[in-house]
Amino acid sequence: MSFDQFLQYIVSGITNGSIYALTALGFTLIYNATDIINFAQGEFVMLGGLTAVSLHRLGLPLPVAFCGAVLIVMLVGIIFELLAIRPLLKASVLAQIIVTIGASLAFRTFAMIFWGRDSLPLPAFSGETPIKIFGARMTPQSLWVMGLTLVIVVALQLFYRRTLAGKAVRACSVNPEAARLMGISYSRVVLISFAVSAAISAAGGVLITPSSFMGYGSGAMIGLKGFAAAILGGLGSPIGAVLGGLALGVLESLAVGVVSAGYKDAVAFLILLAVLFVRPQGLMGQRPVEKV
Amino acid sequence: MNGGRLLTFARRHSAFAMFAVVALGAPIFLNNAYYLSVLAFTATRLMISLGLNLLMGQAGQISLGHAAFVGIGAYGSAIMTTRWHMDPWLAMALAACIAAFAAVIIGIPTLKLKGHYLALATLGVGEIVFILLVQTKSLTNGTDGLTGIPALAVGGLRFTQYNPRAFHLLVWGVALVMLLISLNLSDSRVGRSLKGLHRSEVAARSLGVDTAFHKVQIFVVSAVFASIAGSFYAYYVQYISPDSFTLTFSVLLVTGVVIGGLGSVWGAVWGTLLVALLPEYLRQYDDYTNLVFGILVIVIMIFLPTGMIGVPALLGKWRRGISGGGRPSSGAAMTEGTGTADGGTV
Amino acid sequence: MPILRVESVSKRFGGLEALRDVTFSLYEGQIKALIGPNGAGKTTLFNLVSAIEAPTEGSIVFAGKEITGMTSDRACRVGIGRTFQHSKLFDDMSVLDNVKVGRHAKSNAGLLAAFFTTPRHRREEQAITEASIRALRRVGIEEHAAAQAGSLPLGERHLLEIARALATEPRVLLLDEPAAGLNNEETDRLADSVRRIRDEGITVLLVEHDMGFVMNISDEVVVLDYGRKIAEGPPLMIQNDEEVIRAYLGADL
Repeated sequence: MSFDQFLQYIVSGITNGSIYALTALGFTLIYNATDIINFAQGEFVMLGGLTAVSLHRLGLPLPVAFCGAVLIVMLVGIIFELLAIRPLLKASVLAQIIVTIGASLAFRTFAMIFWGRDSLPLPAFSGETPIKIFGARMTPQSLWVMGLTLVIVVALQLFYRRTLAGKAVRACSVNPEAARLMGISYSRVVLISFAVSAAISAAGGVLITPSSFMGYGSGAMIGLKGFAAAILGGLGSPIGAVLGGLALGVLESLAVGVVSAGYKDAVAFLILLAVLFVRPQGLMGQRPVEKV
Repeated sequence: MNGGRLLTFARRHSAFAMFAVVALGAPIFLNNAYYLSVLAFTATRLMISLGLNLLMGQAGQISLGHAAFVGIGAYGSAIMTTRWHMDPWLAMALAACIAAFAAVIIGIPTLKLKGHYLALATLGVGEIVFILLVQTKSLTNGTDGLTGIPALAVGGLRFTQYNPRAFHLLVWGVALVMLLISLNLSDSRVGRSLKGLHRSEVAARSLGVDTAFHKVQIFVVSAVFASIAGSFYAYYVQYISPDSFTLTFSVLLVTGVVIGGLGSVWGAVWGTLLVALLPEYLRQYDDYTNLVFGILVIVIMIFLPTGMIGVPALLGKWRRGISGGGRPSSGAAMTEGTGTADGGTV
Repeated sequence: MPILRVESVSKRFGGLEALRDVTFSLYEGQIKALIGPNGAGKTTLFNLVSAIEAPTEGSIVFAGKEITGMTSDRACRVGIGRTFQHSKLFDDMSVLDNVKVGRHAKSNAGLLAAFFTTPRHRREEQAITEASIRALRRVGIEEHAAAQAGSLPLGERHLLEIARALATEPRVLLLDEPAAGLNNEETDRLADSVRRIRDEGITVLLVEHDMGFVMNISDEVVVLDYGRKIAEGPPLMIQNDEEVIRAYLGADL
């Protein structure tokens, strides 16, 4: 592989990795607040992309469609939390996980009915002519993806560290009882987590649709890779989620170059299993993975 | 078993006996080959669900990649019979061993960990197996699928689609055996320890239960049931392709068990019947059935954790106007918060 | 030789030091109590002795065997039984079934026997049932055998936890706050049960806040404060020990 090709792979790896990072972050936010593994995370990504497609088809300009899609899916996340998660907050984690499994099936099937079985496109945000940066040819869309992902991650950091609401959420994940005693409403924290999680996943979905198209089933694979990224980075660690996502994207991309395109998807799962078997706490290993 | 012992058996397991009679007797009344094949598929689905129910309902673990074990059974049998001309029965047994081995390899590291890592691991395995089935064309023929799979036979009797009654008896016979042994498990040392382990792993271990071993053991059992079902499927349709072993299939399997009622063997039976037969009944609305199932899972987890199987009990309570006085058994298991504060205070 | 020897045991959780250099012995036939203010490290010590956690330093020897490094189910099979402060009963199983799980290590019908209800399985089930009823009888709650564990009042719940642990045929029984939330009558009943258990040959180590109960029933008392042992001795001596009184005993006595 020549250096130029290598650079290409890195670029496309970081681009895809950004979406995995956003998905993994969304997943981590919910996990930190509730211990729930949200198996419907990928569906938020899918719904984001497809909603943007519909909004764009209605004639709305891309930036409006982007924001509209994010807001709509955030709303979906909120409604989902209120209807399906909140009633079960006192129930076992098993029950909560099962609910997210049912939801993912429902969302997927709904998307298939509403948008059909084809994968749908969005126009690239600012054209398709590749740009050359440091020897690597990137599409403008790649730059949008990487750039906006960075913006979102930074914005999230600011939210969680500088705003009161954000600090409340963090307090809750560190010590729920103490937080409650200080007047922080656990159910509101969960609601915020679901809303933010859905929003950033939806953003990821819109970002990736121009290059990869979005179909009713695309979310499942992205969601799974998001889990793999989150586990790789260390379940519960937001930095880990981002690093894991990027790492996964790059490793996947290199695998295409080195092995073959057909096995591309297997990379994520092999990494997932490897981490679970060898070092369950992942790279950043924050929450102790207790052996029973 | 002589007549007397059969009778005592039937009286003790009256529900099972009735169900067995209906299941095995169906071909007498059903002449339609199509309906018989639907029932045959339902029997294989039931085998898988019973295994899943043991894992989910008894041990409280989720497998989201059970399609992989079904695939191992189907493809294992298909490859061993078509490429290596092995006897179909032997191939079925060997495929089951492979599935068991895979379950051990996956189970030991993940079931040691607290939480739901098995769900994620099985998700990963399911996807990897699917990709392997598609990519290793030399072995599996990829998306074209494998044809020419021989049928099971005993002596001169061949169990194929063209002899649907014989196949029906065979496949339902096996399913009924699995049902019986699942029912027997509930009231046994291993069954109780699994139930205890599900409700509080710390307590079960303090009582001497080797929880890691038992979790892996029941995971292996569920994998073997699934593998056998996959083999039967392959020998019946005599053609398989990777499309049958997808994530959606794995999810639907879990859905059937949940809707029927987690923790209840009969729940798994009714849930499977519903998930397998409803789409047949609503052919034109095929697309919508999965949506219904997904929503049903959510509704059941919130309002009726005992699942379909809990409905008669709840109706009875409603009619008698009794409130409280003991929660329905599986429901309590599902709604009890396991929490993370298992170690007590310092 | 003591049946249990805790030697220079320390336990750290990250930066938090829960126990520091704790040493004491438990002799066969004793009833020994572990007391101390909240946060003193009592439950952590219990978790170490029952092998739910491992000590950061030091060793725990039970009947000549080193416990450190054992899994908690192995600790049970070796003869250490325990109850839990926050009840871990299997609420939606029957009282009898709860106790039957305690017979797990004393029986061995496996999966195949269970599947096919072999005669050996049936004989063993019979033995398990009989032993479980005996355990219930030892704490006096056998009439509740068929009830759902979750429906029992608090006093009986504590007794069930004990019965379940007794079913494992322990040599040492660790009772974690067995009198918590009980009224006087229930506490007396509990004290009688604990004495009977000791008379049957089981050594008891218990954690309790109810000072009346502790002083009444224990042969010796160990006092912890901020993770360190500050006193050990017969109840009367402990009551008058200045350091202990300073630590937390007040008008409770």
